[in-house]
Amino acid sequence: MSKTVIVSGNFAAAYGAKLSRAAVVAAYPITPQTEVVEKIASLVADGEMDAQFVKVESEHSAMAACIAASNAGARAFTASSAHGLTLMHELLIWAAGARLPVVMVNINRAMGPPWSVWADHHDALAQKGTGQLQFFCESNQEVLDSVIMAYKICEGSDIMMPAMVVEDAFILSHTKEPVEIYDQELVDEFLPPYNPEYKLDVNRPFGFGSLGMPDWYMDFRYKMAEAMDKAVDRVEEVNKKFKEVFGRDHGGLIEEYKTDGVDVLIFTMGSISSTSKDVIDELRAEGHNIGLARLRTYRPFPAEKLRELTRNVNVVGVLDRSYTFGHMGDSAGEIKAALYGHKDLILKNYIVGLGGRDLTPKILKNIMLDTLSLQDKELDEEVEWVDLRINQERWRR
Amino acid sequence: MAKLPDEELMFQGTTACPGCGAAHAMRYTLKALGKDTIMNLPACCWAVIPGVWPSRNLDIPLLYNAFEATGAASSGVRAGLDVNGIGREVTVVGFAGDGGTADIGIQALSGCLERGTDTIQIMYDNEAYMNTGIQRSGATPYGAWTTTTPVGSRQAWKKNPKKNMMEIVNAHGIPYAATVSIGHPESMIDKLRKAKEIPGPKFIHIYAPCPTGWRSDPSITVELCRLAVDSCVFPLYEIENGVYNVYKKPKKKIPVREYMKLQGRFRHLPENEVDRIQVNVDREWELLLKKEAFTKEQVV
Ligand SMILES: Cc1ncc(C[n+]2csc(CCOP(=O)(O)OP(=O)(O)O)c2C)c(N)n1
Ligand code: SF4
Repeated sequence: MSKTVIVSGNFAAAYGAKLSRAAVVAAYPITPQTEVVEKIASLVADGEMDAQFVKVESEHSAMAACIAASNAGARAFTASSAHGLTLMHELLIWAAGARLPVVMVNINRAMGPPWSVWADHHDALAQKGTGQLQFFCESNQEVLDSVIMAYKICEGSDIMMPAMVVEDAFILSHTKEPVEIYDQELVDEFLPPYNPEYKLDVNRPFGFGSLGMPDWYMDFRYKMAEAMDKAVDRVEEVNKKFKEVFGRDHGGLIEEYKTDGVDVLIFTMGSISSTSKDVIDELRAEGHNIGLARLRTYRPFPAEKLRELTRNVNVVGVLDRSYTFGHMGDSAGEIKAALYGHKDLILKNYIVGLGGRDLTPKILKNIMLDTLSLQDKELDEEVEWVDLRINQERWRR
Repeated sequence: MAKLPDEELMFQGTTACPGCGAAHAMRYTLKALGKDTIMNLPACCWAVIPGVWPSRNLDIPLLYNAFEATGAASSGVRAGLDVNGIGREVTVVGFAGDGGTADIGIQALSGCLERGTDTIQIMYDNEAYMNTGIQRSGATPYGAWTTTTPVGSRQAWKKNPKKNMMEIVNAHGIPYAATVSIGHPESMIDKLRKAKEIPGPKFIHIYAPCPTGWRSDPSITVELCRLAVDSCVFPLYEIENGVYNVYKKPKKKIPVREYMKLQGRFRHLPENEVDRIQVNVDREWELLLKKEAFTKEQVV
C-alpha cells in the first residue's frame, strides 16, 4: 500500500533512491544535501533499504565509486550540492562518456566565495554540458518521482546516460510537504532491475574506457549526442507511463500553466514556479493574457517543444536564478538560441534570487507587469538584475 | 614552559557553540604565532566561527578556500609572498578540521608536505564533520556514533579505526610534527612556537572536543582533554626529524572507560567493545613508547 508522509525534499530524494532500489549509494555530506546522506545511512542501518553505502572521502570519490559500481552492474545513486557537485565535474563527464545511468540528486546551492548555502542554480547549470540529463523540480513529490523516472529514462538501452535531479536548497530540501511513497511492488513493475548489456564480468571480459584515437573518438561523442536527442522523446514517454501507473504528471519536458492562447509567456525553473503560478492567477484575474512555462527538463533541452509553445506568443519574460558571467542568464540564452530563425519575439531576461535572495509574490508580480508592458513599448534592457540593493525600491513597491 | 601570552587576536562574537574546543584551538594558536600570520581556512566550522561578512573576529588576514584545497592554498600563499619579498617573518598557516585534513584534503596536504612548503598545517580534530552536522570522518574513532554511522537496529556505529595522521605526515619526512591539546595550553603554545621557528613543512594535530557532536557537557571540554591524555587515547608527543618525544606521560594511566562514559557518542557500546578499545589504546601507547626509545637511541 502506498502511504503519504510529510517529508522534506531531502527525505523525498532518499525515498526515491530506496523505491528505485538503488543498490550502491556513495555520497559525501554537504549542506543542504546532508540529510539525504544521513537518511540513507539510517535506512540502511535499520535494514529498511538493501544497499551498500560507501562512505567516501570526497564527492569526486562519490561519483567515481558510483561509476565503478554501475560498471559492475549495480544501480548507483548519489547526491550532492554546489561545491561538492562542482568537485565532481570530471566524473560527471566521465559517467556520460562511460554511458552509465547513474542518477544523482543535486540540491542546488550558490557557489562561493562568498560562502553561501542558499538556493541558486549556478552549480547545476555549470554542469549542463557534461552529458547529464537534468530535471529541475518544483515540489518534493516531484523529486521522488523524478528519481524513479530518471532511472527509467536513463537505463533505456538506446539512452544509457546519467541524470541529475535538481531541487532548490532549503525551499525544497528542508521544507516538509506531503509526499506519497508508492507501493514498492508498483515501482518494481515500473522500473525493472538494472541489467546492463555490458558490465565487468570475468566470463566476458571487456576493457571499459580505454584510449580512443581521433579516428574513433568523435564517433563515440556523436553516439552520446544521438542518445541525448532520443532522450527528448523518452522523457515524454516515461512521463506518460508514470502518469498511467502513479497518476501524476509533472510536465515531462516543459510544464505548462495556463498557456493556451496567451500573448505573454513567463519562463521559470524550480521552486519559484509555484509562487509565480499564484501571481499568474492574480494577473489573469486582472485581465492580463499571460501564462507560465516551467522548464523542467534542461538537458536534453526541449527546443522543439519550446517553439510550439511560443508560436503565438509576442513577449517572453525569462527568470533565471543564476547568471552566466559575460553573457546572460543561462535559460534565457538557451531559449533565445532555440527560437532563433523560428520565431521573432521580444525576450527579456530577469536575474533573480541569487544566493537565496527571497522572491516575494510582490517582486514576481512587478517582474511580470514589466514583461507585460513590453507589449506596447521598446525593450529597455535585455537583461535586468532584480531586487538588488540599488534597485530594491522599484521591485518591492 | 611559556605562560599564556596576553596578546588577543581573537575577539568576542564568535558563532561557535558553548564549550567549543575548536574555538580555543584558534585562540591559543594565534597567541602562539602572533599577528604576522596569514591563515587559510577551508570549509569547516571555522569557516563560520569568524562571523559573517562584513564582521570578522580574527585580527589577522584570512583566506577562505575550497574544502579540499588547504595544502595547495598554503603553497600558493607562500609562493605569492615570496615573490613579493615577504619571507619567514610571516607565517603561513593552514587551519583545517579533521575532514578537511584527513579525508578530502589529504591529497593537497600530502603535496604541500612533499614539496617542502614553509608552512604550518594544522588539523583541529573534533573527530567528525561537525559543520555539516556530525558525519563520520576518517578521524572518527572506532566505536563512535555519528549520523552516518548510526546505531540503529544493525548497530552500524563506526567500525573502522581512526586514521593516524601523525604517522601519515611523518612518512613524508617532514622536519616537525606534534600533537597538542587545548587542555594543555602552555605546551600547545610551546610546540606551535617551535614549529614556527623551523623552516619547511610542519604539522600540528590539535585535539579539540566538540560538545555538540560528542554529546558531552559543554562545561567539561577541558576535562575531556585531560582525560584523553591521561588515558593515552590522545598522547601528547612530537616528532622532530624522525625522533619521537612523548612530552606528557600520565603519572597514572586511567581506563578509557572513564574518558568514554562522559560522551553520548559512545553510549551504545557494549562492555566488550570498550575492553577492545582499551586493548588497542594500550597497544598504541606501548608502540609509541617503543618508537620514542628506538628513535632516541638512534640519535645518540
Ligand atoms: C567540496 C565540498 N564538499 C563538501 C562540503 C561541505 N562541508 C563543509 S564543511 C564540511 C565538514 C567539515 O568537517 P571538518 O573538516 O572535520 O571540520 P569541522 O566542521 O568538524 O570543524 C563539509 C562536509 C564543501 N564545503 N565542499
Ligand atoms: S559544532 Fe562543535 S566544533 Fe563546531 S562550533 Fe559547535 S562545538 Fe565547535
